[in-house]
Amino acid sequence: MPGERDQIVAEAAARILGDLAAPQTVNNAKDRAWKAPLWQALGAAGLTLAWVPDALGGAGAGLAEGFAVLGVAGRFALAVPLAETLAAGWLLARGGLQCPPTPMTLAPLRPHDRVAIDADGRLSGRATGVPFARDASHIAVLADGGKAPVIALAAIDDCRLDESRNLAGDAAPTVIFDRVAPIAAAPAPTGFGRTSLLLMGAAIRAVETAGALEAVLSLSVAYANERVAFERPIGKFQAVQQNLARLAGETAAALAAAGSAADTIAHAATFDDAVFLEAASAKVRTAEAATEGAAIAHQVFGAIGFTREHLLHRFTLRLLAWRDDFGNESYWAAELGRHVARRGADEFWPMVASR
Amino acid sequence: MSVHLQFDPIRLPPECETLRAEVRAFLAEEIAAGTFDPHQPGHGDAYNRGFSRRVGAKGWIGMTWPKQYGGHERSQLERYVVTEEFRVANAPSHLHFVADRQSGPILLRYAPEHLKADVLPRICRGELCFCIGMSEPGSGSDLFAAKTRATKTDGGWRINGSKIWTTSAQVADYMLALFRTSPPTKDNRRHGLTQFLVDMKTPGIAVNPIYQMTGQRGFNEVVFDDALVPDDHVMGEIDGAWKQATSELAYERSGPERFLETFYVLPELIRALGPEPDLRGAEGLGRLVAQLHTLRRMSVSVAGMLQAGKEPVVEGSIVKDLGTLWEQKLPGRVRELTAFLEPEVINHATLDEQLAFATMIAPKLTIQGGTTEILRGIIARGLGLR
Repeated sequence: MPGERDQIVAEAAARILGDLAAPQTVNNAKDRAWKAPLWQALGAAGLTLAWVPDALGGAGAGLAEGFAVLGVAGRFALAVPLAETLAAGWLLARGGLQCPPTPMTLAPLRPHDRVAIDADGRLSGRATGVPFARDASHIAVLADGGKAPVIALAAIDDCRLDESRNLAGDAAPTVIFDRVAPIAAAPAPTGFGRTSLLLMGAAIRAVETAGALEAVLSLSVAYANERVAFERPIGKFQAVQQNLARLAGETAAALAAAGSAADTIAHAATFDDAVFLEAASAKVRTAEAATEGAAIAHQVFGAIGFTREHLLHRFTLRLLAWRDDFGNESYWAAELGRHVARRGADEFWPMVASR
Repeated sequence: MSVHLQFDPIRLPPECETLRAEVRAFLAEEIAAGTFDPHQPGHGDAYNRGFSRRVGAKGWIGMTWPKQYGGHERSQLERYVVTEEFRVANAPSHLHFVADRQSGPILLRYAPEHLKADVLPRICRGELCFCIGMSEPGSGSDLFAAKTRATKTDGGWRINGSKIWTTSAQVADYMLALFRTSPPTKDNRRHGLTQFLVDMKTPGIAVNPIYQMTGQRGFNEVVFDDALVPDDHVMGEIDGAWKQATSELAYERSGPERFLETFYVLPELIRALGPEPDLRGAEGLGRLVAQLHTLRRMSVSVAGMLQAGKEPVVEGSIVKDLGTLWEQKLPGRVRELTAFLEPEVINHATLDEQLAFATMIAPKLTIQGGTTEILRGIIARGLGLR
């Protein structure tokens, strides 16, 4: 249930983003000058390190408040590493590591990527599609240690980056760690591993996706009420109404799935089966909603929505790009399917009903 | 304008889990006693008076209604648990379910006191079956085109005309029906219909079976030939039934019965795939699990909003739209995902029989209780498009 504090923090975030990162303004911007004042304002409001305890240099807000902020970030199709910095801070805090005050990203976030830490404490390996790695000063890493995973903080300048970008044009390079000496490193807590990080990331992207779909729905409905064709607003045509009702359904499913997963993580003591069911389901369902929702919105807007000048692509291309971060919907569906199959048919309904 | 959809992450409180254990124990006893077979959804008599009375004795009908009318003053979320457990077990609850879900709440709101005192406790005891008299040969989704007339006479109303596609009319004790009491006005075509409580034993009512394509007797035609309904059986405002319809929609449309009607093929799929499915089976199953989990979380959320006294009409319609499409497509997905399995590893008899039944009933799921097209119209109105 969204609490009062979450609401206040979300409203604060919405004010900052409305002032400094309005999607149309950002879309019209000729350069990246809008990013610095935005980041400064987010930092000053304590939003960038919300998930880091005071003692480690953060703002010490709750998980629920951070998720509320990410829902707002999704509604703005935010193109600065706020989610990544939050997640990196959260990961570093698991290892009790101090956080830098500058933008961060994290790795690995694709299920098949590996970064290892050797006996000398150096990081090696490669991570693909690391979001905003070019906008970040530091990278939080969950590395395979000899026995247990290790959480490490490295400087981006010590890594090799390629030029890759995601569908939306946001930097998403392959990051190569070639015997990189981390700034700090610590063993991950017992039971914390790759799956925990991927589930957290899955919930984060799910929440952003739901937020972006909310914005896309509002934009599409507003456009359908304005745009006149055949002598009436296109929203008066049943075919268009049916499409927008479907878009509302996909948005609703994304909101419910993401909200439920975020709520579960915010109240979970450990990353148990409940977190797995909720976060994996949320990633699958929100990615499906992103696919459907983006297609419907473009259909409503027609040619204007396919232009660079129009702000729709800021949302739809990020909706499509986010599907691939922290395990895509096919990956999580297979994981979920294996989990359910292992437990057997008789355990299935009790599992669904337990949430 | 900005559209706002709300799906709070409502969790079932601890008392619901105590109740769930009681419900499962009760259903296990009924299954053991041979009342019904949870693996044979198309078999047996869905109208089981003995079973409904035992459910009533447990206090699981009219759960949310006031105690003075035989209810139990429990929460919408507790009722939710009973409904979903019954549905997943394929329990034969046809006899009491419509009365419990929608007729009782209408009576509570609009019936005169003596009728409430008479009828509601009998519903709660599992003694009464209700049917809904809405569709007519010339009006289905277009409810307000109904022509069956109620004409004022001494002490009551004379009913002439017919209702069609009426589920349960062959066993129902009462019908809640919409009849035309005045012509529509120029400004308001929805004007002129009145809601009535009709005792199905009233002289002048004939019930004719209409067999469904599954071979089941699910539908009826109900013909009224000068049937007399007393004055005090008018529910609410004369000519103003259209004002009474909307608040019930969220109750009727968002429950677990709106996505669990073909659920039984999913555990059968899990059995067929076995503990170590191949990638195609695992991914296909996982998507269905994620979709089902999401639908249930949406549906519980609406139940929580109803409990909080809200009227989530758009959210409820979205749950039915997504839920009925999902349960309609489910048998086809299971068919695809089992297509390449070795015949000897799966229990073909059970799976094939369940798939055949689910496939046959699938078309009705997006028609009954508000078609996909009507629901999307309601959603579009909620979005501010009409």
